[in-house]
Amino acid sequence: MNSQEVLDREYLEIRGKIVELAASLDRLDRAEGCVSDDNRMSLIKQGLEMLLQEADQSKAKQIQMLFSRVYQDNWREHFDI
Amino acid sequence: MYYFDPHIHMVSRTTDDYETLAKMGCVGMSEPAFWAGYDRGSVESFRDYFRQLTDFEPKRAAQYGIQHYTWLCINAKEAENVELSREVIKMIPEFLEKPNVLGIGEIGLNKNTKNEATIFLEHMELALKYNQQILIHTPHLEDKYQGTRMILDMLTGDSRINRSRVLVDHVEEHTAKDVLERGFWAGMTLYPVTKCTPQRAADIIEMCGAERLLVNSAGDWGPSKPTAVPDLILEMRRRGHSEALIRKVVYDNPIEFFSQSQNFSFIHPE
Repeated sequence: MNSQEVLDREYLEIRGKIVELAASLDRLDRAEGCVSDDNRMSLIKQGLEMLLQEADQSKAKQIQMLFSRVYQDNWREHFDI
Repeated sequence: MYYFDPHIHMVSRTTDDYETLAKMGCVGMSEPAFWAGYDRGSVESFRDYFRQLTDFEPKRAAQYGIQHYTWLCINAKEAENVELSREVIKMIPEFLEKPNVLGIGEIGLNKNTKNEATIFLEHMELALKYNQQILIHTPHLEDKYQGTRMILDMLTGDSRINRSRVLVDHVEEHTAKDVLERGFWAGMTLYPVTKCTPQRAADIIEMCGAERLLVNSAGDWGPSKPTAVPDLILEMRRRGHSEALIRKVVYDNPIEFFSQSQNFSFIHPE
């Protein structure tokens, strides 16, 4: 499929997912209290910003890495295994 | 199109699901040992579970013309209990000669702890001792990348491991290449929410190629869809991919991988 075909096929789905995200953020705004200091809100904000940035690597992979725990290559020493 | 689901937990599904799967073209399946939904209390619970996997489930599957295979282990979640894990590992050889047992699995990591890693290594030793294939669970969500890298470190750190006989499952965009580039097989689990969707799995096939890549439905306790592999077949067709490519991923590849197990006696339906 070329990019026009992909867009024609996926446009409504993308639109729907953006609406779902918007609705989730609205729910957060409507709910009592404030979660702006919750680290997860920072991750969500970074994730959304990533979607609009030009990048050399896959956006999906970048988002996955954003939401992943850090790997440390000295873990075996740390665990003494 | 016939397909083989390489990772599906039928103990958590009703018999109606077997009928549905048969109608949708499933002719074979492989069911790794996993978590019961709660932590089991003793090695005897595992013995009974292994009886279910090696005796009851193949009979249930056969009613619908599906050939059922299985794997044995103590899963990553319960591996945190080292004492129980060692009792289970000691008991596993009692079942390795059962006709539908393909190997050790699904071993892996859950929260990437020292105990989990310790028991993972002990399962590896068991597999090597009895010349068994290995099927691996990689952690979910935020733990996946870290856990997958740790698992790959343990596997590649042992030169006795034949990488072509090891399946690293639940890969996603950020782990698929690491697994494939190191010579292992990679499985993608198709879940509606918490793992990979059929659309993203099709993307990964397009980006990585179809060599050593499998797809499965897992079909376990969480929201899952046992018919997810047919969903992937449809998605690939909608994108214009050839029947040969689709068949390679959903049928030829599982057969090729599992044919390396001494107990794999799959009969092709045609």
